[in-house]
Amino acid sequence: MSRTLYDLIGLAAGVAFILALKGLSHPKTARRGNLIGAFGATLATLVVFFYANPGSSLPLNHLGLILGAMAIGLLIGVPAARKVQMTQMPQLVALFNGVGGGAAALVAIVEYLHLGAGATTAEVIFTVFTVIVGCVSFSGSVITFMKLQELMTTRPVIFPAGRFVIAGTLVAVIGVGGWVVNALGTAPLLILAALSLLFGVLFVLPVGGADVPIVISLLNAFTGLTVAASGYVLDSVLLIIAGTLVGASGTILTRKMAEAMGRSLFGTLFGAFTAKAQDATGAAEERPVKSGSPDDVAILLNYARRVVIVPGFGLAVAQAQHTVRELADLMISKGIDVAYGIHPVAGRMPGHMNVLLAEANVPYDQLLEMDEVNPTFGQTDVAIVIGANDVVNPAAQTTPGCPIYGMPILEVNHAANIIFLKRSMRPGFAGIENELLYDPKTMLLFGDAKASLTKVVSALKAL
Amino acid sequence: MSAMAILSIFVLAIFVGFEVVSKVSSTLHTPLMSGANAIHGVILVGAIIVADHSETNLELGLAIAAIILATINMVGGFVVTDRMLEMFKGNKK
Repeated sequence: MSRTLYDLIGLAAGVAFILALKGLSHPKTARRGNLIGAFGATLATLVVFFYANPGSSLPLNHLGLILGAMAIGLLIGVPAARKVQMTQMPQLVALFNGVGGGAAALVAIVEYLHLGAGATTAEVIFTVFTVIVGCVSFSGSVITFMKLQELMTTRPVIFPAGRFVIAGTLVAVIGVGGWVVNALGTAPLLILAALSLLFGVLFVLPVGGADVPIVISLLNAFTGLTVAASGYVLDSVLLIIAGTLVGASGTILTRKMAEAMGRSLFGTLFGAFTAKAQDATGAAEERPVKSGSPDDVAILLNYARRVVIVPGFGLAVAQAQHTVRELADLMISKGIDVAYGIHPVAGRMPGHMNVLLAEANVPYDQLLEMDEVNPTFGQTDVAIVIGANDVVNPAAQTTPGCPIYGMPILEVNHAANIIFLKRSMRPGFAGIENELLYDPKTMLLFGDAKASLTKVVSALKAL
Repeated sequence: MSAMAILSIFVLAIFVGFEVVSKVSSTLHTPLMSGANAIHGVILVGAIIVADHSETNLELGLAIAAIILATINMVGGFVVTDRMLEMFKGNKK
């Protein structure tokens, strides 16, 4: 295959990636967009096997090993993506991003070893960049995975003098990077990789649970940039285009997510340098709460005219999306006006709840976004909060200094009655006490969301 | 390729990247992130190129590891995105 044809096919793949991102931005074209992206990636991968790079020949060297490695990747990636539960999808995306960053770093290291003393200064600079950012993306993503999977605490991890340690590590990373550029050698590069891995861990540890999705999106953009940088070293226009596209769109997406959560991007990013230990836990006080039975809830619902359902991560954990739709359908058949109030970041990621409820075939027009549903809480008789906490916590509006202050919330506190379905009195993901639980108009129904909802449905049917 | 040509491609791609996602609704943030994540799995192409011309066992071993990781990123990314989006179908009444 001639270089021209090879480059033209690469260009076609680049166009496919642009169309993919464009398609993914609109609900109607999203699925097609993803397929176009997959097509472009397949095309780009296939064509490599038919073009001999300068100094190489066809078939590719180590062809068996290359195909074998791809087969292993397929055998790991496809089942993981197919079998993952909806609740665990965010951490899987984080993990996929991490391995991508790791792959980019490895590619850069191999190319560096290969070029040896023949590398130009520009190539070495881009290599150093790829190794640093790729390693940060890899280890940072692993930490976000562990936070989301609750393999470690979801709260910000802050250690004494943490900011000095983090800043010191960053300075060391940059210093060693400069060393690699000036004095070529394998050992400095490996030290650089190790330090970058450490920095990725330190960078993500102080991030609180609620901010994790923003960090995943940011690391995603980082990985994109490393792919673009390795495209420069490998003289591949396709990698430059694809990596830059992901880097740029990922940056915009990160900013939009931060806006949706009412966070400043700067604050999230440099939280590591400014974080102080917060007294978020508060006193573990024994205050009276009003808990009810499924029958109490059913009676309350039976005489309501308008009910708003606010789903959260607890709904996802309990896999209660089908049961909640059953309850909604039952209420609608009784002439009750039912809507779902969807907080943009309910669950573990933006759009998490939409995906989950769509799985249960909840009609699209019943899902109201925050701006639509908030003005209607004043006319709502009952707000049912299912496994959500932080997204309805009035502390976000009333308590300056609390970790979620400034985040827009669903104002269920304006509804006439509030029902919380909770597993326990444990605070939400952000680890903040919710005053609303102690409000006189609040009723708590403890237990697994699915089991509780099933009992409410049968109680309501019996009325 | 000349440095100027590469710089031009880079800058133009930045603007295209900004532009294509500028109007995305919050509903699609997660699938979009996941789809973009799958796209950077195309580093697989780079991994195959370096595997092809690796000369020592160290180079080859690292390149093979890169191929495995990149394949997981690319294929897993597109499959998981499709699964997310599959659930949106048929709900637009």
